[in-house]
Amino acid sequence: MGSKLSITLLSIQLLALAAFTTAAAAQDKDKTGDIIARGEYLARAGDCTACHTAPEGRLFAGGRAMPTPFGTLYTSNVTPDPETGIGKWSADDFYKTMHNGRFPDGGLLYPAMPFASYTKVTRADSDAIFAYLRSIAPVNQKNKPHELRFPYDNRQLILGWRTLFFSEGEFKPDPKKSAEWNRGAYLVEGLGHCGMCHSPINALGGTSQSDAFKGGLIPMQNWYAPSLTSNREAGLGDWSIKDITDLLQTGVSMRGVVYGPMAEVVHNSLQYLNDEDTRAMAVYLKGIAEPSPPPAASSALSTTESSLLISLGKTVYDKNCASCHGTQGEGKPPHWPPLANNQSIEMQSAVNPIRMVLNGGYPPGTKGNPMPYGMPPFAGLLSDNEVAAVVSYIRTAWGNRGTPVSAREANELRSAPLN
Amino acid sequence: MFARYTAPAIAIAILATLVAVDGAAAQTVNQPPDTMAARVEACTPCHGNKGEGTSDVYFPRLAGKPAGYLYNQLLAFRSGRRKYPPMNYLLEFLPDPYLEAMAEYFASEHPPLPQPAPSEVSKDVLAQGELLATSGDAGRNIPACVSCHGPGLTGMQPGIPGLLGLRANYISAQLGGWRYGTRTAKSPDCMQLVAGHLTEADVTAVAAWLATRPAPANPAPVPKGTYALPFGCGSQPN
Ligand code: HEC
Ligand code: HEC
Ligand code: HEC
Ligand code: HEC
Ligand code: HEC
Repeated sequence: MGSKLSITLLSIQLLALAAFTTAAAAQDKDKTGDIIARGEYLARAGDCTACHTAPEGRLFAGGRAMPTPFGTLYTSNVTPDPETGIGKWSADDFYKTMHNGRFPDGGLLYPAMPFASYTKVTRADSDAIFAYLRSIAPVNQKNKPHELRFPYDNRQLILGWRTLFFSEGEFKPDPKKSAEWNRGAYLVEGLGHCGMCHSPINALGGTSQSDAFKGGLIPMQNWYAPSLTSNREAGLGDWSIKDITDLLQTGVSMRGVVYGPMAEVVHNSLQYLNDEDTRAMAVYLKGIAEPSPPPAASSALSTTESSLLISLGKTVYDKNCASCHGTQGEGKPPHWPPLANNQSIEMQSAVNPIRMVLNGGYPPGTKGNPMPYGMPPFAGLLSDNEVAAVVSYIRTAWGNRGTPVSAREANELRSAPLN
Repeated sequence: MFARYTAPAIAIAILATLVAVDGAAAQTVNQPPDTMAARVEACTPCHGNKGEGTSDVYFPRLAGKPAGYLYNQLLAFRSGRRKYPPMNYLLEFLPDPYLEAMAEYFASEHPPLPQPAPSEVSKDVLAQGELLATSGDAGRNIPACVSCHGPGLTGMQPGIPGLLGLRANYISAQLGGWRYGTRTAKSPDCMQLVAGHLTEADVTAVAAWLATRPAPANPAPVPKGTYALPFGCGSQPN
């Protein structure tokens, strides 16, 4: 009898213990689930998919070609496959790559992997991204060797680049600014790696800290990523917060639209950020913008040539463009963007408006704008002279303060790569 | 993986928009018309307002082709598998449900087929083209084009296009694309097998003959399963 009782007692205890451990396990699982979900979100913010997934390729299996002035790089397989992916990596190894641009064995990564920005990411966020990458389907696919020209195929050269352009260090909040501003700064400077395109790239393929967000021509792609600090370019100082969040989240806004490489950023990354983070980025971007004096008008064209171009431009515009952008450049925003008082066509660099006219485009399809309106390409319909004329016209009409462009500039961009 | 999550969300958003089109009365004045016609204005300088084609002999007609076929082409252009840089570029960041809506839009337009152009090739060449299209050449493993594209060459739902209303230049360029591997379809890619057996002269002949065909009384693609294919095609699920 006594023994019977104790056995029952024991089994009750065991049951209780079992119940306790399952509860704990479930809780752990929830926690892991949370971390993975957070990691997925952060990977979105870092736009890892854009580079690490090839067109029609498996998610994160790499192999996407990245043309650079030094040759072609191929992105890596970052699925948890132990042989060909990062299945054998520890969270420490992963942090070392994100934070310091080094492989587990200490070897140097090419800065095409934006570790110069990711270095600002916190350890906790790096761990969450790693947990998420561990949770996706492993893909057995060997990395394609890079095709870099001599001497750039020698990874030791990266050391020189690092000395000049890389400073390691997590993001340090500015105590004088709001928590929202700091969150925005963390996302823009870190995971968002916005500076990778929006800063001038020098001959060594680097961007210096002092020039961060000052705008630059993206090598190989021939798109101009405008300055995010100058209100003469894409500085957002006089935009409302709502217009900025609309632009980042949906790709269109009452002030302008995104296209080209920026359409990819919104499509693959920014549209997935929640309202708070998007707002934080908007607050930060508005904060770093500053009024800057208009550049000295420096058109290569003589005044008579310019005025001839501009009057031809008006004819071309009224016939081909006014139906969407309005006779006064007022557009029908947000879908048909306004061209009057639109910073992105008045910038010193006329590369973007010329390319828009040649190639047309659709803003990205996003949750907030699933069926965007498009603009037809005019490359086949207009001559170099007509392209130059209409671009000169929209840059100078309705109070716009851009400068005329020449037919040669238009012609040169006909051969710009389309993807 | 992400596509799985976003596609339904986008589909819902599109449905919502389409519902809104129904209640078009509520449209704000200063907005572009909330229609597919306004949304595909980026396409019409090349494909015609209703997808009827333009004077450029390499720009194909889209109108009335099976929606499934058009959708497959849009997916292939978006991923870069079928190459034409101006279109690859336009479609790059458009979601599946939107491409489906574009395909449906052009599939449901029915502008009249163009008058066939007088042919520039000899009668003999045309006769050779007709033979290939209607009977094939069993000795060289070439099935008749009509065995898949239909006795009236109007195609079959959902994946086989009609071959009427296309110019000879366009048809030979497409057959060339398959022969040289720059155009591929879902595997098994039956058109690649067919085109692989054609000689340069066959291509010229069959393209020329197809371009001379007059419009049939009913140009609509026949329903799925109307006839059996000689062999399987990945783009035509059975
Ligand atoms: C702009 C393109 C780009 C983006 C965005 C990008 N990567 Fe990379 N990544 C690369 C390239 C290129 C390499 C190969 C570098 C090399 O070989 O030196 C690489 C390498 C890596 C590696 C090393 C794997 C290996 O075994 O070679 C890891 C891990 C990695 N990336 C993770 C990430 C994560 C996580 C993100 C998002 C937070 C990300 N990457 C975003 C381009 C990118
Ligand atoms: C791959 C290169 C690239 C990256 C990364 C990138 N941008 Fe851009 N961005 C561009 C280009 C090119 C343009 C000019 C085209 C346009 O206006 O859409 C642009 C334009 C913009 C504009 C101006 C839009 C307008 O209508 O005036 C803003 C604002 C902007 N980017 C913000 C950002 C932010 C914030 C990030 C980081 C989250 C970022 N960009 C990351 C390339 C990039
Ligand atoms: C069918 C309507 C339509 C027509 C016609 C049209 N556009 Fe556009 N335009 C658009 C749309 C839609 C966009 C946004 C495209 C994108 O985001 O890729 C746009 C964008 C632009 C931009 C970039 C605006 C920005 O915010 O940076 C410029 C510049 C432009 N168009 C100029 C022209 C000129 C010049 C013509 C005539 C030669 C023209 N457009 C004809 C619809 C049109
Ligand atoms: C600059 C001219 C141009 C524009 C703009 C254009 N297309 Fe095309 N499209 C072409 C050409 C040329 C081809 C044939 C390409 C080839 O040789 O494979 C084609 C092929 C197609 C096809 C395949 C037709 C078939 O029978 O196989 C579809 C579908 C299509 N386009 C839809 C569109 C849609 C939708 C848009 C707008 C979003 C668009 N196109 C914009 C020129 C254009
Ligand atoms: C076994 C079935 C089959 C046979 C036989 C066949 N086709 Fe096709 N054809 C197809 C399918 C399926 C497609 C659509 C492929 C895709 O999804 O891209 C197609 C597409 C085409 C296209 C592209 C049309 C366009 O608008 O771009 C042309 C041209 C064509 N076929 C010509 C021919 C000719 C000529 C013959 C005879 C010599 C032929 N086909 C025989 C199945 C067939």
